[in-house]
Amino acid sequence: MSSLRYLENIVTLKLDTEKCVGCGMCAVVCPHGVFTIEERKAQVIDRDACIECGACAGNCPVEALSVKAGVGCASAIINGWLTGEEPSCDCGGSC
Amino acid sequence: MSTSNCCPPPKEETPCCPSLKEESASCCPPPAATDACCAPENDSAGCCPGVSDDRPGYKLWPFVSAWLDSPVGQIPQVATRLTPTDIVGRWQMRWGLGRSRYTIAPGLYAIGTPSDDSPVLVTANYKMTFDIVRRDMRGHDAWLLVLDTKGINVWCAAGKGTFGTDEIIRQVQRANLQQLVNHRTLIVPQLGAPGVAAHKVHKACGFKVVYGPVRSNDLPQFLRTGLTATPDMRRVRFTIVDRFILTPVELVSMWKYTLWSILALFILGGIGPQVFSFSAAWSRGITAVAVGLLGLFTGAVITPILLPWLPGRAFAMRGAIAGLVIGVIGILVFSASLDWLNSLALLLAVAAVSSWCAMHFTGSSTFTSPSGVEKEMRQAIPAQAAVLLVGGLCWLAAAF
Ligand code: SF4
Ligand code: SF4
Repeated sequence: MSSLRYLENIVTLKLDTEKCVGCGMCAVVCPHGVFTIEERKAQVIDRDACIECGACAGNCPVEALSVKAGVGCASAIINGWLTGEEPSCDCGGSC
Repeated sequence: MSTSNCCPPPKEETPCCPSLKEESASCCPPPAATDACCAPENDSAGCCPGVSDDRPGYKLWPFVSAWLDSPVGQIPQVATRLTPTDIVGRWQMRWGLGRSRYTIAPGLYAIGTPSDDSPVLVTANYKMTFDIVRRDMRGHDAWLLVLDTKGINVWCAAGKGTFGTDEIIRQVQRANLQQLVNHRTLIVPQLGAPGVAAHKVHKACGFKVVYGPVRSNDLPQFLRTGLTATPDMRRVRFTIVDRFILTPVELVSMWKYTLWSILALFILGGIGPQVFSFSAAWSRGITAVAVGLLGLFTGAVITPILLPWLPGRAFAMRGAIAGLVIGVIGILVFSASLDWLNSLALLLAVAAVSSWCAMHFTGSSTFTSPSGVEKEMRQAIPAQAAVLLVGGLCWLAAAF
């Protein structure tokens, strides 16, 4: 569904191509097709589609990826602002 | 594999297996033995001879169709057909009725009659998720390892880390999986990946994590094709049906705001030339509440459904645009009874409320990033507040 897109140029995803060993794990776990593997290196092909879920960074065996992962949920962020804590999504099964 | 009815439903603390780990180390026979004495979660056959299903304090879940004997003890076999109770429970959940958590006991379950080379699927102990997996796996044999995610679905629990590396390792050990199956592969839903580090699971318990498809109805095909997922199985979609299903969730989560706002509107509605009038509070209050609810409906129901067709990227923007359109329609419909101040008030209020509600839909959507949502909110909330204020002033002024 390419028509459903969110804001541009805001995502915190970073890829360190030097470290990457081309295992392909990031491309497997990413739910939005952000990566492709070319010549044994990961490449970011659709950066703005990233939702900062953190799956790629957590599953990269050589820590070549970093992203500020969190919950993209307005109520959680408001809670975070009010309580001064990291936003957390405590909305039962609904979120 | 034979079935038997002698063990109670799985529970964390059964009186006669106080320490699961020690017990399994000391009394579990080699995998080949048939009369296993220690199920990881049930009582061992040895310590509750000849018991029936009934035990004080335990209730058997209706979805357990039988008990399978396995090298690691008796495992509950689950039905793959959902009953009306399961389905009613699901709707209750969506509308926020009844219990807020809908949890099943974590541990190992059997789908069909799995053997030692059947696949092991990992899932969350949110009953809705569990129900969908067993339904989608009808006609297949597999082990289902249910993690303790405190009754939260895979995606949210992975975000919190309760569906995660440590919990997988814990449940693998608790279920004695090494003795149950002759392979070393776990099929973990891809949406659990934010909480799981595949390489760490492998290091800690020897099981290799293979990420399965995003949607469990692709599982049978995934298994058939030797654990390969097509690119489409790996993508999160956000269809009109998904969005429609989520709208009750949105409405329910707003009820608190809604009640307070309704009260406030009735009080403000009474303010007029006679300082305060109860009849005005009633008649003007009702109209204002109707306008507020129109905004709520536009933002929480119409906007999510029409999402791809609304211009803009930010949800607040899409909600505001939908609100303006609906507001104009409202003015045209009621043009006879609205003066210009009230019309303006209606337009601004519907747009602001709709924008606010639509912004809250970001949590239910599947393509928003936290950084993006935060940025959107920092810009949108002041704008929404200002527009609502101007709308409110127009409405108050219209009373004089
Ligand atoms: S954080 Fe999530 S969405 Fe973003 S690139 Fe990584 S896996 Fe994909
Ligand atoms: S997971 Fe890490 S090492 Fe593997 S391809 Fe992606 S970036 Fe490279």
